[in-house]
Amino acid sequence: MTATGIGAPVRRKEDQRFVTGQGRYVDDFNRPGQAFAYFLRSPHAHAAIRSIDTGPATIMPGVVAVLTGDNLAADGIGGLICGWMIHSKDGSPMKAGPHPALAQGKVRYVGDHVAVVIAETLAQAKDAAEAIVVDYEVLPAIVDTAEAAKASVQVHDVAPDNTVFNWHLGNREETEAAFARARHVTRIDLVNNRLVPNPIEPRAALGEYDPGTDTYTLYTTSQNPHVARLVLSAFIGVAPEHKLRVIAPDVGGGFGSKIFIYAEETVCVWAAKKVRRPVKWTSDRSEAFLADAHGRDHVTHAEMATDENGRIIGLRVHTTANLGAYLSTFASSVPTYLYAPLLSGQYDIPAIYCEVDAVYTNTAPVDAYRGAGRPEATFVVERLVEKTARELGQDPAEFRRRNYITQFPHQTPVIMTYDTGDYAASLDKALDLADYRNFQQRKQESARRGKLRGIGFSSYIEACGIAPSQAVGSLGAGVGLWESAEVRVNPTGSVEVLTGSHSHGQGHETTFAQLVSDRLGIPIDQVSIVHGDTDKVQFGMGTYGSRSGAVGMSAIAKALDKVIAKGKKVAAHVLEASEGDIEFKDGKFGVAGTDKALGFGEVALQAYIAHKFSGQDLEPGLKEGAFYDPTNFTFPAGVHICEVEIDPDTGVTRIDRWTAVDDFGVIINPMIVEGQVHGGIAQGVGQALLEGAVYDQGGQLVTASFNDYCMPRAIDLPSFQVGMTVTPCPSNPLGIKGCGEAGAIAAPPAVINAITDALGHEDIAMPATPQAVWRAAQKARMPMAAE
Amino acid sequence: MYAFDYHRPTSVKEAANLAGQAEDAKFLAGGHTLLPTMKLRLAGPASLIDLGQVAELRGIERSGDAITVGAMTKHAEVAGSADVRAAIPALAELAELIGDPHVRNRGTIGGSVANNDPAADYPAACLALNATIVTDKRRIAADDFFQGIFTTALDEGEIVTQVSFPIAAKAAYAKFRNPASRYALVGVFVAKHADGVRVAVTGAGSNGVFRVPEMEEALGRNFAPEALDGIAVPEDEMNSDIHADSAYRAHLVGVMARRAVEAAAARG
Repeated sequence: MTATGIGAPVRRKEDQRFVTGQGRYVDDFNRPGQAFAYFLRSPHAHAAIRSIDTGPATIMPGVVAVLTGDNLAADGIGGLICGWMIHSKDGSPMKAGPHPALAQGKVRYVGDHVAVVIAETLAQAKDAAEAIVVDYEVLPAIVDTAEAAKASVQVHDVAPDNTVFNWHLGNREETEAAFARARHVTRIDLVNNRLVPNPIEPRAALGEYDPGTDTYTLYTTSQNPHVARLVLSAFIGVAPEHKLRVIAPDVGGGFGSKIFIYAEETVCVWAAKKVRRPVKWTSDRSEAFLADAHGRDHVTHAEMATDENGRIIGLRVHTTANLGAYLSTFASSVPTYLYAPLLSGQYDIPAIYCEVDAVYTNTAPVDAYRGAGRPEATFVVERLVEKTARELGQDPAEFRRRNYITQFPHQTPVIMTYDTGDYAASLDKALDLADYRNFQQRKQESARRGKLRGIGFSSYIEACGIAPSQAVGSLGAGVGLWESAEVRVNPTGSVEVLTGSHSHGQGHETTFAQLVSDRLGIPIDQVSIVHGDTDKVQFGMGTYGSRSGAVGMSAIAKALDKVIAKGKKVAAHVLEASEGDIEFKDGKFGVAGTDKALGFGEVALQAYIAHKFSGQDLEPGLKEGAFYDPTNFTFPAGVHICEVEIDPDTGVTRIDRWTAVDDFGVIINPMIVEGQVHGGIAQGVGQALLEGAVYDQGGQLVTASFNDYCMPRAIDLPSFQVGMTVTPCPSNPLGIKGCGEAGAIAAPPAVINAITDALGHEDIAMPATPQAVWRAAQKARMPMAAE
Repeated sequence: MYAFDYHRPTSVKEAANLAGQAEDAKFLAGGHTLLPTMKLRLAGPASLIDLGQVAELRGIERSGDAITVGAMTKHAEVAGSADVRAAIPALAELAELIGDPHVRNRGTIGGSVANNDPAADYPAACLALNATIVTDKRRIAADDFFQGIFTTALDEGEIVTQVSFPIAAKAAYAKFRNPASRYALVGVFVAKHADGVRVAVTGAGSNGVFRVPEMEEALGRNFAPEALDGIAVPEDEMNSDIHADSAYRAHLVGVMARRAVEAAAARG
């Protein structure tokens, strides 16, 4: 390992500009003649629009234009799309209701887009928006996930029972048979609470149209600018693909919420041409709460069957997933193929059957949020495993160990083929780091102080490195999920890597450069990573699902291999040796068995001056590209152990200890990986203890600001004890599995398992707020506490 | 935010004159309630009279048996004042629990008491310490000043200039923070004076800050946590929201009161 190569804890190159305020985010871009967009949003959860009178607004000071859904329709602009087709059990396609960028006849959630005002200043746009007269016929609303299919309210005409699809996965008969012969069946009802993503940078878009060249530019807060361009051109139709440049510059976090193609950026591009002015929109925090795609929101009943030896023999799950008022870009994939295939967890379960009913409600659209389906699956499996162990009177760690998968590859009954892993190794290490053997002593010590101590496990698995294109295509994806890379070597030997991945907090400028430094033997400061601009990078699928290491870097590795191969040819000509005799080692191209060698920079220069070879036998230049399509998902896994202490008088849960032992395969930068683990746990703890989006029965978002929606703070978290185990991933050339979502997946069941252990009963929902825990503690005061 | 006229007087008299002349004027202290409300277009005063340059409204003084805090004194200044820490440590601790460092370095005591947010911290200290709210026109006892949610004894255009706190023998504040906003979900200030005990509760009551006579009497007889056993505040007078229903708030009043008494008693 070199100081900047694979495995080195290199400080993040990009942080200098971020922490000194030199980052450039979408809102930092201003174009000559720019006007500002403000969206009039629906104050009602559900209403028919009888009429919109924009007249009074158009004559307000500074107003450039006031546009509505009628204008969109007149221009032939299509609706927003959902790019993953799910079929119901009966074979019928999912019921996708219309999703116009500006409302056409109806609004379906509070925050839905009614009209846009474009004005010289934002304040003028807001003033004018107040002058738009909308005649609403307010309709009753449905917000409740479990009630949606039974409601008399109908969100979309195409879905009479508000049902988008009734989907299933697994081996139903075998599962029924397993339950029939089970010695014990454990049952659980769970709610996976709705979350608001809240990246620190709210969404923003700046559209521009150049009438001279008939080209469009969109600056947008996107995790996947090429996909945005594809959707905006091929499906929504605001501009032809080759005439639209999409730039996603520095982006301040996404957590999934910036994957999707939203109404606002669509309108900014379209309006820029219409008014012949650049049009900028920047979300404020209130808009972000209302109109960013939310996450999770499942209601689940699950059952686990065990035999006389304490082995899990079957799992059946029924989930109702709330998709909100419209199908967001990848909404349909989250509670289906990103969820049910993870229900085997780390366990050898021969029979699994899962049914998912997806419903519309009068709430913000729900789509992928850090983990996307996998946290929901892990919550089901790990809560159920914990409860089963308790009901069987077994140690939760040993119950898990008995049921771990130990032979690889392992085919689950729910699609996935796990390629490698050593779950017991992670468990052993975690038990050791957590000092599990002395837990009872700590529990007694807490009890002496009147406190309830509990311990909770989460033995999670996730599927990352999404994904083999053929596989996802067969499951309904509208796109392939490969990644591209281009390595441009300059004559001076410095290197630019163009990647289709997009960094919005992950540290790609550092980790990707580490790979290049490692492979080419050049200093890390000789490497630049270029991303987020469709004019520079030819194509890419973007960053989500912990895929940029496993897939994006694999593409880079593949391109680097080609660069080295070409370099060998160049070196052979220059050194007058046979190509087969050239070895590339430690940054030098040498002739085997001699001391004749050229440095990487010398070869780069020779490639460009091309004096030593003719263009006929070898092309000048040193630039190679690659597309990498993964052969399998990757399967990061690990064991997290959470230890809590509850104050039964107030219900306050304090996390006293957190142990995380993760197997992410080969690690490029352990410091960045540990940071990802910390951030993921913080978000998972947020879901478990603090965060929850609440709509009232009328469809108003009650938790519409940080005054009511509780984000995790440093004080809510302990210092984390982080350990690693490594089984290199055999499915990609670098052995990487991915780490971006692990903490958020592992944490919620670990917390809730610890709380239920402390309370001595299972009846607590997320978020386990002080009030909820106090009430639960009232139910079952531990006999040893404070007496 | 809607357009407004901005005034920046340098004396209380000038400020009061401006308020008398301007239509629909609001005084701006730390601005931590008013400005966000204006930015959300929920408030749109025609004029703002910024009290930030009025020097006579700032500062902390100890005179005999009282601590007097100028209305424009920031929470961080109260929290960091050696005089306050020596005389009424509970008051400094309360100031240190308000919001976050950003809020504590902008928000003011005068703004807090004049706004009388039902979850603000200072009103509990004022009531329990038997403070006097001094205005440009008169002196108002805390018991008369706080009149319900966002409602005070202040007349239109009247300016809070100082808050004067008698130094109690022992005092403590126990706060249960709203996990999201950090306002008091329940805050109980307990003060033992020469002539009796005062207990004031903020955050919990459906009509704002209130005293608990039953607790005061019990603690007057025996200033110890166990004196509060069996004393409960009525649930139906408590606030209820998504963070805490009235039963939980009523329960927390008891818990926080005991903790405050315990902390005050421990001051020796």
